[in-house]
Amino acid sequence: MANKLRIATTSLAGCFGCHMSFLDIDERIIALADLVEFDRSPITDIEHASNCDIGLIEGGVCNSENVHVLREFRKNCKILVAVGACAINGGLPAMRNFIPLEECLNEAYLDGIGVENPQIPSDIELPLLLDQVRPLHEVVKIDYFLPGCPPSAEVFWTFLTDLLEGRQPVLEYGLVHFD
Amino acid sequence: MSNTLTIDGNTIPFTDGQTIMQAATATGVYIPHLCHHPEFTPHGSCKLCTVKVNGRICSACTFPAMAGQNVLSNTQELTADRKKITQMLFVEGNHFCPSCEKTGNCQLQAVAYHLNMLDDHYPLFYPQRAVDASHHEVLIDHNRCIFCTLCVRASQQTDGKNVFAISGRGINKHLIVNADSGLLKDTDLAASDRAAHICPTGAILIKHTAYQVPIGQRLYDHQQIDQVSLAQEQTPHGE
Amino acid sequence: MQAFIQSLVASHQHQPTHLLAILRAIQAQAHYIPEAAIKQVATLLNIPRSHIMGVIEFYSFLHLTPQGQYEILISDSITDQMLGKNELMAYLSEQLHVAVGAVRSDGLVSLNNTSCTGLCDQGPAGLVNGYALSRLSRARIDQIAALVEQQTPVNEWPCELFQVEDNIIQTDLLMTTPIESGAALKASYARGWSETLAEIDRAGLRGRGGAGFKTASKWQYCKDEAGPERYVVCNADEGEPGTFKDRVLLNTYAQQVFEGMTVCAAIIGATHGFLYLRGEYLFLYDKLQQILDERRQAGLLGNNILNSGLQFDIEICLGAGAYICGEESALIESLEGKMGIPRNRPPYPVSQGYLQKPTVVNNVETFLAAAHIAVHGGDAFAQIGTAQSKGTKILSISGDCARPGIYELPFGTTIHAVLAACGAEDVLGVQIGGPSGTFIANTEFDRRLAFEDLATGGSFIIFNHSRQLLDIAQNFTHFFALESCGFCTPCRVGTSLLKKQLDKIVDGHGSAGDVAELEALCQIVKNHSHCGLGQTAANPILSTLERYPELYQSRLKAISYEPGFDLDAALATARRLANRNDAAAHLAQVEDSL
Repeated sequence: MANKLRIATTSLAGCFGCHMSFLDIDERIIALADLVEFDRSPITDIEHASNCDIGLIEGGVCNSENVHVLREFRKNCKILVAVGACAINGGLPAMRNFIPLEECLNEAYLDGIGVENPQIPSDIELPLLLDQVRPLHEVVKIDYFLPGCPPSAEVFWTFLTDLLEGRQPVLEYGLVHFD
Repeated sequence: MSNTLTIDGNTIPFTDGQTIMQAATATGVYIPHLCHHPEFTPHGSCKLCTVKVNGRICSACTFPAMAGQNVLSNTQELTADRKKITQMLFVEGNHFCPSCEKTGNCQLQAVAYHLNMLDDHYPLFYPQRAVDASHHEVLIDHNRCIFCTLCVRASQQTDGKNVFAISGRGINKHLIVNADSGLLKDTDLAASDRAAHICPTGAILIKHTAYQVPIGQRLYDHQQIDQVSLAQEQTPHGE
Repeated sequence: MQAFIQSLVASHQHQPTHLLAILRAIQAQAHYIPEAAIKQVATLLNIPRSHIMGVIEFYSFLHLTPQGQYEILISDSITDQMLGKNELMAYLSEQLHVAVGAVRSDGLVSLNNTSCTGLCDQGPAGLVNGYALSRLSRARIDQIAALVEQQTPVNEWPCELFQVEDNIIQTDLLMTTPIESGAALKASYARGWSETLAEIDRAGLRGRGGAGFKTASKWQYCKDEAGPERYVVCNADEGEPGTFKDRVLLNTYAQQVFEGMTVCAAIIGATHGFLYLRGEYLFLYDKLQQILDERRQAGLLGNNILNSGLQFDIEICLGAGAYICGEESALIESLEGKMGIPRNRPPYPVSQGYLQKPTVVNNVETFLAAAHIAVHGGDAFAQIGTAQSKGTKILSISGDCARPGIYELPFGTTIHAVLAACGAEDVLGVQIGGPSGTFIANTEFDRRLAFEDLATGGSFIIFNHSRQLLDIAQNFTHFFALESCGFCTPCRVGTSLLKKQLDKIVDGHGSAGDVAELEALCQIVKNHSHCGLGQTAANPILSTLERYPELYQSRLKAISYEPGFDLDAALATARRLANRNDAAAHLAQVEDSL
């Protein structure tokens, strides 16, 4: 147990598709469970990452909360991995980067069709949006990148087994996809 | 010994007037490239075909093959530099592959795969670029243009037209079309033009064909660009 | 406008190669290139409109949207900045009620920055409707603002505003006694053209633009090319920040420069020549045309030069604000009425230059020296200088010294001697050869001006200890990003990335890996760019990084990583719209240490 790698995972401005793909390793998750344990992750109830070996993050950075979570991961994970297209280049959420934030918010909360009681949410519990969605590597240092939308289960498996077996992870041709 | 040169230690023949790229392609040696296409006048702008000729850095697509040249292409150093240059092309534009119908058939993406590019490395520019969907059969998505000028050359050299041009300077370069309105629909482009089919990225697309081949079964999904490129370019087009 | 364009294009014989001149004239008339004009010119020249669009958007003095009736541009060279440009620009903007980069709402005036205008010894400088303004001061700005508000036509502005001095401080072989008009042609004719080429060879003359190719070899190659048509081009697109010697040579020694071109033409067998004059030197245009006329009348140009049957004439072409056109193949493209994009080489201009015909392109100073050699022979010239660098070099000296201006010095002169001559004290370092050259520190002043050591096209900028090196590197790096033609990936994207990465460090957002990252990026841009611009664009960073690594390191924070953008500012819009300013509505740039 003491030698198990601790893994934390989270989704920032993502769709959890990368997490779903991770779970597509199917029965190999049993083998994996012998080798790793999960820290903060949607599949555990742990709220904060601490003392992890690997942090897997899907999604880009679109708001202040994303920044805090990303920093928590960076601080608590020896190896931080940007997982999937959104984490690597902002992905689909970053397509709002071409519309000024003010226009986005006005459309969504003030002027859009079907808006009732128009007001821009201002509760202090709510994270504020950044003017542009950013990839992870522009906010913290990232150690590895797993491209794909989502990266296939094979990518997760290869990457983790390489790490577990002490190899520098290598993604062969068929495993590198941006779609 | 005359009319041979070496690439990565292998001796290959060439004929007078050939570029290093042409000599390499003819003998089955792939040198990564995006702006080069054997049908058109070499351009030399993408710089992916950077090779070292007798220690000096040159573009293989424009540099003449000469007897006794010692060409280095597939080295760790050049591959690393090519990857950086490819990353530059990615951050300069807006390349959201998952939402691009060219994915899997895209040469920019395929070169990136070939170079094992896993990330963009540099900060992204997120430039503000438009889509021109005015033409009923052909679409321009400027977000994906890499200024290779293949469409410009194909329109001039094959189609005998002048539909496309590159305008602007430096990082503000952009593709324009030859119409007063600035819209593709007002040009004399036909969907059957060579220029409409030559784009190495998803910047110029034929409408209504997007997902005829599902993602996962596309050109580069199972074949590397080196094999595809050599298969297509080794015999001169049209012969 | 339609009639104006009709006659304008006719006056250019409907030649597409004259497109740039035609567009310059329309810009001067209308302060932009209207859509209707583009259509009309396209029809009259029978060229695609997209070609015209490309040219307009390439050159910074041409515009698709209306500029002010008074188009004011202020030179943003480091030398202008050292003379107080930034403060004056703010003042000018305030006095004219127009933001930098904008056109005032009444359309009367527009204001913007421009790359070095070549008045570095008498700045801060600028341009109004293309004409050079020197020695800007608050008083002059008040004067200019009043003239604009009164709508006084620029040609009625007081001439002292446009006074450009030669500031020739030290002369030598070439400048002390210019040749008599016609002397080089007569001497060459008497000696024989081939023999004159042999004299130029014997002189060991090398190109003065900076690259230093042997002039006689270049002319010989061109002469040896097959085919009847050849061209001579004088490169007066002196765009390297800190260089202004060609301006002075053309102002005071133009006869000799034209004579050098004519000697070249006779040797290689050209009948047509061009002086490519940078747009910033528009004020020299009429004077140079007049000198050409005088030479025609004196039988030194035209159909029967020296009654020897020799034919040659020179046409002056103006640039329109593009540093890249100083690169010889880009210059040729520009002469052909195109965007100034450097060609692939080989073929070189000596075999396929203007209109694909053999072409010699040389610097102003090279033709000046060639004319001198044609008169005085090669030996006298070769006695001066060093083993690899014969003759003298004309320097444009600016920056922190008592006597900025023009200095002609023998090759081999030490930097110490140059600095003593111009009265420079407390020197931190010198930028030799402009941004594309090298920065040398004050420990290296025993180095020499010579192709073997410090090659320079003539730019010599002195910095004293009050200057911030990183500000200098930043100014130069921004310059290259602005002037990259955009043809090749490493330069187009790389110069912008260099700008971002250097700004990140200079602005204090750099951390552990950022200097290494900067250096790696420099290498890509330097090694893989298509032409000299990209290949030298990283020099300002590389040459200072090599000498002052600690300066760069000192700007880095002792953390592993910091974003390259302002995180808290990225929340500003959301804060404003949500009307929040609580602690949670802010982000620290770096994580609080825990």
